[in-house]
Amino acid sequence: MSEMLSLSNDPLLFISVMVAKILAVFLVVVLIVAYATYAERKIIGRMQTRLGPTMTGPLGLLQPIADGLKLFFKEDIIPAQSSKLAFILAPMMILVPAFITIAVIPFGGMITVGGYQVPLQITDLNVGILYILAMAGLGVYGIVLAGWASNNKYSLLGGVRSAAQMVSYELAAGLAIISVFMLSETLSLRGIVEAQAGSVMDWYIFSQPLAFCLFVITSLAEINRTPFDLPEAETELVSGFCTEYSSMKYALFFMAEYANMIVVSAITATLFLGGPAGPFPGPINLLLKVFFFMFLFIWIRATFPRVRYDQLMFMGWKVFLPLALLNIVITGAVVVF
Amino acid sequence: MELLQLFFFYLVAFVAVVSGFCVISCKNPINSAISLVMTFFCLAIFYVMLHAPFMAAVQIMVYAGAIMVLIIFVMMLLNQGSEVIARYRHAVTGAFIAAVLMLIQVVVILKNGGVSGMVGPNTAEVVESVGHTELIGQAMFTDFLLPFEIASILLLVAIVGAVVLAKREV
Repeated sequence: MSEMLSLSNDPLLFISVMVAKILAVFLVVVLIVAYATYAERKIIGRMQTRLGPTMTGPLGLLQPIADGLKLFFKEDIIPAQSSKLAFILAPMMILVPAFITIAVIPFGGMITVGGYQVPLQITDLNVGILYILAMAGLGVYGIVLAGWASNNKYSLLGGVRSAAQMVSYELAAGLAIISVFMLSETLSLRGIVEAQAGSVMDWYIFSQPLAFCLFVITSLAEINRTPFDLPEAETELVSGFCTEYSSMKYALFFMAEYANMIVVSAITATLFLGGPAGPFPGPINLLLKVFFFMFLFIWIRATFPRVRYDQLMFMGWKVFLPLALLNIVITGAVVVF
Repeated sequence: MELLQLFFFYLVAFVAVVSGFCVISCKNPINSAISLVMTFFCLAIFYVMLHAPFMAAVQIMVYAGAIMVLIIFVMMLLNQGSEVIARYRHAVTGAFIAAVLMLIQVVVILKNGGVSGMVGPNTAEVVESVGHTELIGQAMFTDFLLPFEIASILLLVAIVGAVVLAKREV
């Protein structure tokens, strides 16, 4: 067993390997974000017996590039009555937490580079899960600020709704995860993946089915996807917090939404489905699991109507939260006895 | 490496002080709140540099992620204009007096002992090997069990109080 590559034993190699890992992960995520928009339009189109985009390139495959170019060359409008700084800052504040969460997700085992062991993960924090929860909590600022800075009542309502929704569902999501690390006895994501190594039956989806369901539903609510997309409910709020946004700033909100989908899928795969474990090489297994969850989310969007606001709050506080607590109590009892 | 760490410390400390100053000098309360979030972030970085990653994560999760969101939420709903803020100008004097008292306290403490070079059982090496989360958990559920439970009862009382206050008719 050779040594772990670190800053002390080969600084130059360490830095170049780190930069390579970060670039690779970033490029893959951006590519998935671009083609998730295409996949969403295509899949929902099929589910509603339409074709989806077909005109741009073969099978409409160049559609995301065309959309990107269009948004890039649109006029960037900043409303005169808005708070300029917050208005410009908001789209960045929603995109950055989404992207940096990916840094702690393991996408494979160890590989050997120049005689040293290198983990296939950007960095392994020993408080990995807490880091993810902390970053998820920061995502709300982007939406709240966007809603407030636009100086538009629909935007403000969208922002207020999202703040209430994310704060209440964050709690239930966090409590659902607690039962996972009660079993794994570690907060590090690599440790959790290792705790699930072995057979498929060791995956936490089988020992924690309730936590799995709770986490998927509450994280859907946290990333504001249908059926919980009340902050941008177009029938009542035009398009909620991003009503006043245009051009690339608007595109950033959409990128953040899809990046959040990827993050939630990857976290779910890591916590409950053994992360990179599977028949193929590590990164491919993880990608397959991520694609599965993204398909699920798109499918849910095509299937369910939006929930009402009072139903949303009722479910968050009176259904999911008690269930998550009950799950912790049961898990604790099983672990002790 | 030491020099790099020192440089990083001064950079983060500079950002912390500047954003802390913005909290009290910004005209717009929302901008003040955002600056306060920035300050919390810098504090979290200090925790990481002090080998306390658990504290850093909790700092961001609780203060930046939950409490500040609620404060911003309230500010957005109230949307107080500058005339309301102007009515509370006299509060600045009180805050100034409190700040001066605080400064005197800090100077006295630093003169009579200092805060660096303290030695205890949990040195940086111990924290690195055992793990910060584990150490906090052990301390909280053995030596400090009673204070921990008292704090939780206090929180429970506060929650019940909030429910009673928020109920439409009692």
